[in-house]
Amino acid sequence: MDILLQQIINGLVLGSMYALIALGYTMVYGIINLINFAHGEVMMVGALTSWWLLEHWPDALAGTPPGLKLFIVAVIACACAAALNFCIEKIAYRPLRNSPKLAPLITAIGMSILLQTLAMIIWKPNYKSYPSLLPSDPFEIAGAVITPTQVMILVVTALSLGTLMWVVNYTKLGRAMRATAENPRVAGLMGVKPDMVISATFIIGAILAAIAGVMYASNYGTVQHAMGFLPGLKAFTAAVFGGIGNLAGAVVGALLLGLIESIGAGYIGDLTGGVLGSNYSDIFAFVVLIFVLTLRPSGLLGERVADRA
Amino acid sequence: MNSNQKKIMWLIAALALLTLPLGLQQFGNAWVRIADVALLYVLLSLGLNIVVGYAGLLDLGYVAFFAIGAYMYGLLASPQLTDSFETLAALFPNGLHSPLWVIIPAGAGLAGLFGVLLGAPTLRLRGDYLAIVTLGFGEIIRVFMNNLDAPVNITNGPKGISQIDSLHFFGVDLGKKMLLGDFEVASVSLYYYLFLALVVVSVVICHRLELSRVGRAWMAIREDEIAAKAMGINTRNMKLLAFGMGATFGGVSGVMFGAFQGFISPESFTLMESVMIVAMVVLGGVGHLPGVILGAVLLSTLPEVLRYIAGPLQQASGGRLDASILRQLLIALAMITIMLARPRGLWPSPEHGKSQPTSVA
Repeated sequence: MDILLQQIINGLVLGSMYALIALGYTMVYGIINLINFAHGEVMMVGALTSWWLLEHWPDALAGTPPGLKLFIVAVIACACAAALNFCIEKIAYRPLRNSPKLAPLITAIGMSILLQTLAMIIWKPNYKSYPSLLPSDPFEIAGAVITPTQVMILVVTALSLGTLMWVVNYTKLGRAMRATAENPRVAGLMGVKPDMVISATFIIGAILAAIAGVMYASNYGTVQHAMGFLPGLKAFTAAVFGGIGNLAGAVVGALLLGLIESIGAGYIGDLTGGVLGSNYSDIFAFVVLIFVLTLRPSGLLGERVADRA
Repeated sequence: MNSNQKKIMWLIAALALLTLPLGLQQFGNAWVRIADVALLYVLLSLGLNIVVGYAGLLDLGYVAFFAIGAYMYGLLASPQLTDSFETLAALFPNGLHSPLWVIIPAGAGLAGLFGVLLGAPTLRLRGDYLAIVTLGFGEIIRVFMNNLDAPVNITNGPKGISQIDSLHFFGVDLGKKMLLGDFEVASVSLYYYLFLALVVVSVVICHRLELSRVGRAWMAIREDEIAAKAMGINTRNMKLLAFGMGATFGGVSGVMFGAFQGFISPESFTLMESVMIVAMVVLGGVGHLPGVILGAVLLSTLPEVLRYIAGPLQQASGGRLDASILRQLLIALAMITIMLARPRGLWPSPEHGKSQPTSVA
């Protein structure tokens, strides 16, 4: 029983990191119908900036409590990621907004490669160990363990999601975002500036991704220029799984994906008598995705949209 | 340009293509290899162009079919299977060396079958959902190839399959150099001619397809699926056909790749590879054959050529920029700037008969 509980905890932690990244994908998709391939790299930049800041922490501030240190570093990383994503949108996506749909997809892929390469040049390609700032003694709940870092991840994710929901549902910006997602042209006629809304969307997405990056780094303890790729891919899968363009869908999809992965990896060996091992864990996500999409072509919570004529 | 001049142009182009490897091999076989690889990518891009360009279905897992073809050849023409299965070893005492005429149809057929299998459940999906499903399919195939070394060793896992036979073609072993009188034709040049022939055949097939009833049906589906259905096009079968055809091209190129390299491992079939093939098609001009070929040649040769000029730059930057990093950097920049400058591709198809891109906002 405790194994199951342990896998559920791990799955939720993994899923909440996916959720933060998936929200960025789904918000961007909802507004400009673009798969932002560079989003995983934004998360990587967030993680690496925070690592760099921790490495170059000024001696004068050596006495800062570790929790506060992590918070300050995370805030700066969010700012950097937001600025970066803002520029990416301005340079690579905005000029192509009325071009054939595949064009921005290719620039997004180009951006993703470019960011990885630049990160490799700036920070060197080796794996770097990320300092653990939170105490490492785990708590025990009914036979399963959870580390303070994991608790922090769950709490921070919940807070971020709450804030995002508030922004989207109860602020002027949120209303403008929803209107633009519905129909950019009409939103424009109603006095919404689509360009500004789109920039805001990219900034919010980047902040969430940077938070995810810092948490991912402190959970796994290493950072590297290619670290954004796999979580980015999984988060994108999660967004599609839940119904791309739908915020709640992205969160549900991400949490389910995290649970499926960790429970699947824990039990597949026993279920198949050792034929399939946990090295297949990376494809559970895709197998489930294909299965779900065959039954519900618009994802779990996606609306049934008719093909646009 | 009148028709005579056109004929002369074609003749010159053909001659240039035919003599290219003989010229290049004077500078070393590495240059001919670059040309060979470029031709393989042209083949792959032509296949993907059927799916993405004609039928408008975004496929981000195309490399899976390439992998299926390559593994088909790798398994049927190397000691891998006879080493792990004793009954097979007893059946083929001289080792398993299946002839090309068995493997090409088998590879093409299996890849095509997988294409249809992938297409069947995903037909109802809209564009981007389809993209992620195909991407997932590509990853699934790769992970299986990575892990099918246990409990029974089929693919030899991450170590890959080596000692793959070279191609034999009407009694000519393409793995050895051929002597024509005093003139030596290197093995890589022989492969070049084979690939060139395949590319020419594929271009003809694609061109005929484009002009055929099937091609028009695909384009109708691409432009507006509902209208296409209303016009009596069987969209389900047509989409499946596109998937199957594209996959078949991928499978054949895979067989060629396996034979050409003599070694295959899951490393060669990553998502990045699929993405690069999509980039070739889109960068060149999606749905337009000359554009697709141009895109494939550019994106596959550019990094190789850059490798040679990267050396001095590396020294100048004190070793911080090594050749592979520089290559990646330039590819990324090229992808972004070309798309920004020419959103419809370097050599897009002429507008007539095709609708303008629908503009949002």
